[in-house]
Amino acid sequence: MPSIQISLQVNGARRQHDVEPRLLLVQYLRETLGLTGTNIGCDTSSCGACTVLLDGVSVKSCTLLAVQADSTEVVTIEGLAGSDGTLHPVQEAFRQNHALQCGYCTPGMVMAAVSLLDEEVQLSERGVREGLEGNLCRCTGYHNIVKAVLACAADRGTLAESGS
Amino acid sequence: MIPAEFEYVRAGSVEEAVALLTEHGEDAKVLAGGHSLLPLMKLRLATPTVLIDIGRIPDRSYIEERDGEIAIGALARHHQLESSSLLKEQVPLLAHTAHQVGDPQVRHRGTLGGTLAHGDPASDLPAAILALGGTLVAQGPGGRREIAAVDFFQSFLQTSLAPDELLVEVRVPTVPGAGWSFQKFNRRAQDWAIVGVAAVLNGTTGVALVNMGSIPLRATAVEEAVRSGASATDAATLAHEGTDPPSDVNASAEYRRHLATVLVRRALEEAQS
Repeated sequence: MPSIQISLQVNGARRQHDVEPRLLLVQYLRETLGLTGTNIGCDTSSCGACTVLLDGVSVKSCTLLAVQADSTEVVTIEGLAGSDGTLHPVQEAFRQNHALQCGYCTPGMVMAAVSLLDEEVQLSERGVREGLEGNLCRCTGYHNIVKAVLACAADRGTLAESGS
Repeated sequence: MIPAEFEYVRAGSVEEAVALLTEHGEDAKVLAGGHSLLPLMKLRLATPTVLIDIGRIPDRSYIEERDGEIAIGALARHHQLESSSLLKEQVPLLAHTAHQVGDPQVRHRGTLGGTLAHGDPASDLPAAILALGGTLVAQGPGGRREIAAVDFFQSFLQTSLAPDELLVEVRVPTVPGAGWSFQKFNRRAQDWAIVGVAAVLNGTTGVALVNMGSIPLRATAVEEAVRSGASATDAATLAHEGTDPPSDVNASAEYRRHLATVLVRRALEEAQS
């Protein structure tokens, strides 16, 4: 099958490649660009390990074709920290709250949390849990993940007053 | 998992998509959000030779009010539906149901037109459109035609869309202030409904079922009972009439029939309250 040329921004850099139409976005990121921070977990759009931002919102990159990301802006876990290594506030909150155990779900969990927080809605604990329902932690380490996201919401002034 | 090879073509307009469908017929599949189609292709349960990407057709993701109806472009994503203030006010059942689909990532990609055209009986939104008595607009080489939601779903994953037709719009009547409910029973977050119920009581009573047969179904016996004044409990006993629920890893058909009566009762009670 003929290759298709795609051109997109990945973590702020312009990328252009000829890709096979059936190449998945997650493979493009990992294998073509070498950005292996995005993990493949279930490969069936259930677990969320492959979550990246596409034009600012969370998507599961195992269920998108690379050609569908043509002309978009993609941000992966590698693109969150500042160029001087300063962690993104969500990364810092995960660190402060020890929001990981084995770490496999962490990149996807962080990207999903960034998207959730960027919606600027008032977040309760329940809202965080529901907002992260597309991401599974096989260690069942959800407690500190939720704590980290709530800490970010508090910093941004989007923490819901009570358990609504 | 990698899909089998296919030819990828991008349609820039509805007319172009229809021309491509006319050219490629049954060999082609339409790609919108891709959250039903791509998993099937990765499992090689679907192996289209041509994929027509309609995801970039402009101006097909509107949600607007027109003459007592809400018109929704087929490319409107679930996340747009769940966060639309117009829908929350005028057709809250639809905004609420969209919020029940999958998870945030899925809702950021999946489209209303896609979920309807896929026709999965386990999907949430087809039941809401059925309960609301929605109308679907298809465009083919000869122009547009309207299809009542109740006539749209034909058999398992088969709709009344012809191979050269594209679903372009969905219309539902506005029902501000009407009683409504969406009940979804599953075992884990983000799972498909084992059984679901969409109900709206606005004078044109609508009750529809998720995952109770090979297509999304209207619970017509329940609707008739409600119209003739039956209580929620009595009407709900008719929930499984005319259904043919599957038995699978989550539940037996018998369990689903029972669950349908329970969920229909809860839906009617909530919609009436």
